[in-house]
This record gives sequence, C-alpha cells and structure tokens, in this order.
Amino acid sequence: MSDLEKIKLRMKEWEEEVLKPVLKKFPEIKEEFLTEEGLKVDRVYTPLHTEGRGWDYLNSLGFPGEYPFTRGPYPTMYRGKPWTIRQYAGYGSAEDTNTRYKYLLSIGQTGLSMAFDLPTQLGLDPDHKLAWYEVGKVGVSMPSVREMEIVFQGIPMDKISTSMTINATAIEVLSMYVAVAESRGIDKAILRGTVQNDILKEYIARNNYIYPPAPSMRYATDLIIYAAKNMPKWNSISISGYHFEEAGATPAMEIGFTLADAIEYVKHVLDRKIVNVDSFARRLSFFFAARTNILEQIAKFRAARRMWAKIMKERFNAKDPRSMMLRFHTQTAGVLLTAQQPLVNLIRTTLQALAAVLGGTQSLHVNSYDEALSLPTEESVKLSVRVQQVLLYESGIIDTIDPLGGAYYIEWLTDMIEDRAWKIIDEIDRMGGMIKAIENGYPQREIARAAYEWQVKVDRGEIPIIGVNKFVEEGEQTKVKILKVDPKVRERVISRLNALKAERDYHRVRSLLERVKKAAEKEDENIFPYILDAIKGKVTLGEISAALREVWGEWRAPEVY
Amino acid sequence: MSGTTVLVQRHKNLPRKYRVIVSKLGLDGHDRGAKVVARALRDAGFEVIYLGVHQAPEDVVEAAIEEDVDVIGVSILSGSHLELVTDLIRIMKEKGMNTPVIVGGIIPDDDAKELKKRGVFEVLGPGASLKEVVEAYRKAAEARRQ
Repeated sequence: MSDLEKIKLRMKEWEEEVLKPVLKKFPEIKEEFLTEEGLKVDRVYTPLHTEGRGWDYLNSLGFPGEYPFTRGPYPTMYRGKPWTIRQYAGYGSAEDTNTRYKYLLSIGQTGLSMAFDLPTQLGLDPDHKLAWYEVGKVGVSMPSVREMEIVFQGIPMDKISTSMTINATAIEVLSMYVAVAESRGIDKAILRGTVQNDILKEYIARNNYIYPPAPSMRYATDLIIYAAKNMPKWNSISISGYHFEEAGATPAMEIGFTLADAIEYVKHVLDRKIVNVDSFARRLSFFFAARTNILEQIAKFRAARRMWAKIMKERFNAKDPRSMMLRFHTQTAGVLLTAQQPLVNLIRTTLQALAAVLGGTQSLHVNSYDEALSLPTEESVKLSVRVQQVLLYESGIIDTIDPLGGAYYIEWLTDMIEDRAWKIIDEIDRMGGMIKAIENGYPQREIARAAYEWQVKVDRGEIPIIGVNKFVEEGEQTKVKILKVDPKVRERVISRLNALKAERDYHRVRSLLERVKKAAEKEDENIFPYILDAIKGKVTLGEISAALREVWGEWRAPEVY
Repeated sequence: MSGTTVLVQRHKNLPRKYRVIVSKLGLDGHDRGAKVVARALRDAGFEVIYLGVHQAPEDVVEAAIEEDVDVIGVSILSGSHLELVTDLIRIMKEKGMNTPVIVGGIIPDDDAKELKKRGVFEVLGPGASLKEVVEAYRKAAEARRQ
C-alpha cells in the first residue's frame, strides 16, 4: 500500500470514529466555508490535496531564486535584504511633500513613493478650470520641473529609490525627476525607482487616462524602451492588480487581469522590434493588494509568481531568469478600512502586511488607520511604518524563506487560484488580447459584478465587518484628528507656475512643443527624449499634455456598471 | 419571495419610475461606490443615468436639466467635496433648480454637516448599506415630486 493510500484509508477511519461523533454533538458554525474567491474550503488538508493531485515539489515549487520562483524571486529573500518600507505619500505643495518625505525617512522608511494630485495625473496645470478643485488634494501638485526640485531638496537622489504613481503623464513626471537629478550631477543610469506607467488598468479600474488605448500603449512602450536603453536600474512599469482589487476584483481576477495586462505590454514592446525580451523584461515590476484573508492572499502572491515565470519562459521564450521573476510592491487593501471604530484598522493592516511579507513582497505600503476618513497624519503614518518594523525586527517571520511553503492548504489554494487565473487569461486570449477585452468591457463588467455581490453580502451580514455590520457601536462619533490640505496651496503653486512661465523664452517653448507634437505624429519615433527636452526647457506638464491631446485625441470610456 | 412579488411591490412603491443621476464629480476616478450605487438603484426600480467619471459641476447640472431627474447623486473621494458641491449648488440655484443632491464618498463628519447646511439632501459615507442608499434616494425623489 502506498503512503497516499494509507492516508486515504486512515482519513476514512478518522471521519467515522473521531469526527462524526463530535459533529453530532457540536455542529460546525456554518454549512460551508468559502474563501473570498468563492472556493470551498475543506475541514482539513492532507497530502491527498497535494501529492494526491499530482503535485510535486520540484515542479511546483523548486527553490527560491529559481524557476518557477514560487518560493520567492531571490535565493536569500529577507535574510539578505529586507523589503523596502515605502509609504505612498505626497499632498499639497512641493514644500508640504518635502517635509513629509523627510519625516518618513527620519522614522525609518527606506524608499519613497510619490503620490501626485489628480490634475498632474490627468495632464492639467493647476490653473486649469477643472484642476482648481483638486490641486494638492490626493497628492503633490507637479506642473513643472521646479516643483520636483523643491520636493527633493535635501534628499539624496543617488541613494534613495523612488516609486511614482504616475501613468498617463509618466514620461513628463519621470523627465522632471531625471532633469533634477542631472542638474545635481547624478547620471540617470544610476537612478533607482519605479514609474507605474500602467495605462491599461486605468481604463479598467482607476480611470486616470487621457488618450485612447493605441497612442497610450505607444507612450507606455516608449518609456519602457527608453528606460531599457538609458536607465538600467529603473523599473519602467509597475503592472498593477491593486486597483482591480480595490474596485472589487476577487484574488484570481486580480492576478489574472494583471498578468493579461503584462502580456499585452510585452507583446507591444516586442512588436516595435527595437529591443529583445531579455533586455527589458527584468525591469517589469508588479503591484498587488493585501487583504485581511491572509492565507488566500499568500496563495495569490505565490500563484502570480509561478504564472509569470511560465508566461515569460513558454510564451515569450525569455532566456534570462531575471525576465521570469515576478517582483512586486504591495499595498494593504484600502477598501477594507472602516470609518467606524477606525483604530481597529491597525489590526487589519497588521494582518494584511503579514500576508504581504509571507507572500514574498519586495516593498510594502501599510495604510494608515485614518484613511477611510482622510489623508493620513504624521502620527497615523508613523504607526504604519512601525507595523512594518515590528514584522521585520520582532516577529521572526523573515528568518526563513516562504515559511508556509509545503503547507497542504497553502499549496492547494495556490493551485486553485492559479487555475482560476489561467481561465481568465484564456478568456482574454480568446477575445484577442486585453485591449479588445477592455473595449468589450469584459474586465470592467466582471469587477463591477464582483463589487456589487460583495456589497450585497455585506448588507446581508454574510461578510462580517467589525464596526460596520457586527459589533456596531450605536451613535459612534469619530474622534480622529484629520489632515486638511491648506487651501492656500493652490495660490502658491499657481503663482510659482506663473513666475516660471514669465522667465521663459516664448519661441523656445513653442519650438519644444512643436518637436513633441512632430514626434507624437511619427509612430516609430520614441517620444521620451522630446518630452525630456521640453521639461528641461521649463515647458509645463499641462502644455505638453495639451499638445499630445491635439495629436492623439482623448478617450471617452464606455460606462459599464 | 418570488420575482413577481418584488415587481408588484416595486410598482406599489414607485407609481412612476424615479429618474436619478449618479455621477463622479471632479477628477477623482474611484468609481466602485458610484457603480455599486447605480446598480442598487436600478435593481430597486429607479431609472439611473450614470454619467461616469470626470464630470464638472456644469456637466452634471446640464445633464440633470436635460434628463429632468428627481435626484442628483455625486460621488467624491478626493477630498474636494466642499468646493465641488458648493459650486454645483450655486450653479443649480442660478438656474432656479431645487433638485435634491445626495453626496457619497470619503466625507469627514464636520464636512457632512457643512454640506447639509449648504443645501445637500443627504451625505452617505463609507459603511452605508445599500438599503440606506436606496432609502435616501427614494426620500429625496419623493421630496422633489411633492
């Protein structure tokens, strides 16, 4: 009799002799236990769920730093290098943001993550009519290179790594960063950081797009190709599932749609026939959410790593292992924060951060407990950094790599999430790729449906949320100190913008903009160097974006709900 | 409960379909809440005109007039709610409109009070149930029809 047969036999006996009598006396608290993905969870997991299904260690897991990278992208993981503590931050003016960054670094943050306001993300200068309401609200206002100089005053750009959540205007903003670094004598080739540059997820979930998909994809691939040649340490894209999760996606949807986006980007870069796959793929990075349902989240991260390795090896014939390793940033799930009993959020985010680390994240943002109410204060963001430091220095979870690897349940769950995510990718392949799928409204519809189903279950109490539908404190008054953005920010930013415009040579600005437009018209040109020149010549983000809108037009989304 | 019963109940409650706008006011792209609300209202028998993202106050007012809606719903999560809604209400007043406005999003308590003072019918924050949302829109629509 094989070991598996012995286990099977013993399990039957256990069910009869041990389990049944207990169930008769003490029934379980519910009929069915489901994960957030909707997977039915068994009472207990055994080798029957792993080896019993044909799972084998070397093919499914292997070793860290080795194909298929299930256990982690690096052979030493946190024993060699801790994850980067990287809180997404920025608000108000460049001065406010500079102060916040210095504060974060002073309490032990190890990398920067820039948040830009909505006008910056949508290519509007702060003096634009629609921009007026939003200047400095959800991030720093960044209309010109001058603001970037102020944000990085006293911060060593050659030493720190900087991530930027910027997509439709990624080239303009990265150009500002490069221009400031070069003005300080720092070669752009040594700069380390990431630009999000993931326009596809904007059409699906985040909604900060400007141009139609075709020119937007060209813009994104221009950046990827430029960085591959000129900025070898820079992650030229951060392909994001976070926003899908925030919009309602299940774990399999989150990684399925993200990897389908990634496939689309790789195809587009290769179609340009300028660089080969191994010269840029190692600079593709990813971004996922961490929810409170920690075991399923850990499985999700592991499944994503294994899938990406397979996609790069088998679909795109990558040869360099670095092209196959999925490296990702994690942010704890903002949608799981509650405005009710806000301090409870600290407990949620701690669990979420734990999931990210056990899942092998390369960098981490922990949301602050007050973020269902407003931007975080210094006090609340400090606690977010401290959550990470307790995990890193006190918990011991960094001592060994992928400590949950080999757990029957985790391996079973990793396989199940992977199966479901492949089905999503297959479906998108059948539609002819992600751009077609977006035009059909497929991912948008799936995510909206999942969001609605979630809310209905919360309303029915089927999904318990402490403080919202369980253990509610009637008549609760929130007593949280709230960060308010100074309304004078708008005037300050606009007056600086006007001063910059006044000192420029009008004809030079016109000619720089003309060159950007000409480059935009030629599909085989790389637009990056033209935008970089314009930014160095003090042309504003809004001016460049307006010029590109003239050539490329604007995108109006089909509304799906 | 059978589908027919639901339908009959809906007709009893809503003799004439209420028309409402659900929109994202300003540049904020977080549309999960707005879409869930739009769908909940549609399922509850409302006629929903979903305007989508990136709407200026002028756009929303124009659509409200054109579609002759009973309620204007706006969702804002970027922190710009006071300025945006104040302008929306000012423009509505200039046009002689008194359509009830419902605001949803990340709205601190003090700001919710302030918005109501400025003429907003109801403010719905995080954690509001779909039942509360539908109820608020129904009350607002009834108020307008009277």
